[in-house]
Amino acid sequence: MRNNTTTRISECFCWISSTFDCDNIWTKILIDLFKDHEGSVVFSAEAECTSRLSLLVRDKAIRIWAQEGDTWVCKSVLEDGHQRTVRKVAWSPCGNYLASASFDATTTIWKKRNDGFESLTVLEGHENEVKCVAWAPSGNLLATCSRDKSVWVWEVDEEDEYECVTVINSHTQDVKHVAWHPTQELLASASYDNNICIYKEDDDDWECRVTLEGHESTVWSLAFDVTGKRLASCSDDRTVKIWKDCSPEDGQGDLSWKCICTLSGYHGRTVYDVSWCRLTGALATACGDDSVRIFKDDEAADPDQPVFSLTAQVAKAHDQDVNCVAWNPKEAGLLASCSDNGEIAIWRFQEN
Amino acid sequence: MEDVIRSIRDPEKPNTLEELEVVTEKCVEVQQLGDEEFLIIIRFSPTVPHCSLATLIGLCLQVKLQRCLPFKHKLEIYISEGTHSTEEDINKQINDKERVAAAMENPNLREIVEQCVTEPDD
Repeated sequence: MRNNTTTRISECFCWISSTFDCDNIWTKILIDLFKDHEGSVVFSAEAECTSRLSLLVRDKAIRIWAQEGDTWVCKSVLEDGHQRTVRKVAWSPCGNYLASASFDATTTIWKKRNDGFESLTVLEGHENEVKCVAWAPSGNLLATCSRDKSVWVWEVDEEDEYECVTVINSHTQDVKHVAWHPTQELLASASYDNNICIYKEDDDDWECRVTLEGHESTVWSLAFDVTGKRLASCSDDRTVKIWKDCSPEDGQGDLSWKCICTLSGYHGRTVYDVSWCRLTGALATACGDDSVRIFKDDEAADPDQPVFSLTAQVAKAHDQDVNCVAWNPKEAGLLASCSDNGEIAIWRFQEN
Repeated sequence: MEDVIRSIRDPEKPNTLEELEVVTEKCVEVQQLGDEEFLIIIRFSPTVPHCSLATLIGLCLQVKLQRCLPFKHKLEIYISEGTHSTEEDINKQINDKERVAAAMENPNLREIVEQCVTEPDD
């Protein structure tokens, strides 16, 4: 495999420099491309506090990779946790726990031990496939969502005990993604019903406070920017929308979010994922046209009418659909992408 | 490629979809997306307006084509306009790859689909 990797890197160096046509800032170097398994890679998640990447193949196992020197090594394989495909994983903010959401309708919480990971508990309750799981920045709350149209909010205490605090039924269809606000206790969800819901807690109960309409088809994923004042969403309608928090400053009254920008005409097929870098503000997208794209907004533009431009594009990042992109939370410019063709790629985007 | 679709059997009858005129040559559209990559668009007409059957036929088409097409492709499958009351709903489901993947993990559904797409001599 090492030989293949070396060959692939030099092919990619040549390919990348010959297609480099960005007129401003990014250069791209494919630093690793590896394949260790059969099947599509549906999701990758960068760990918050260390250089660990977990990835899921469309099977029931979770693979944890870590960087050792210049290469990435598979450190653990978590099997037997689920009866069906694991769809998403999420690292806890402290990096010691991993939550896995599965088509078997359960979510498993894994704890990191010295020699690997141990299954701590299995959260049950959803009626069918769990599509996403996300930890709140506080580490005390977890959200899951499912094809059963609901979003569940779970609380965890100091004894690692999990309890469901609310079941929210605001969507009318399959819920694809949940994402927490980076600083407030606010939750967002994206659905096959083409809408986004934003939830806040009131008296121990979570409820949908505002519904964001505008996409013309399934909303696949969401990402807040570093301040949490803006939210990016991506859809089967081949666009990415940027939404801004226009809620009253004093926190009283209804929440209000408005769409301030729509990126259309860039993506050839469904946009499956969007990731907003907390370090650089760059927005990365994963698309069914096999491409990875990076957008950045013009700092001089009016914040209420931002101008996002395409600053980099890897046209055939993979041979098949790109399902997921994730910025490394600690190292600026490092991006992971994964695909139906079974590969994950780690990209480095550098300013000239 | 037409051969691939022709041989898919109807979930309810012993005939193939071609024999029942659910799919025909005219209903396949091919666009070139790039060097050796094609977009295949299939429009099919279910014989009866039952929702679940139409979805099942769509699922069979997805599975068979994904497995059998030898060249790089993107696939879109739709019910022919005007042939079904809940067309849009069904089209959305059939073209949602996550829904298709999850459906194929349901053992009962998987078995029905496998029976429809397996060639007699497989």
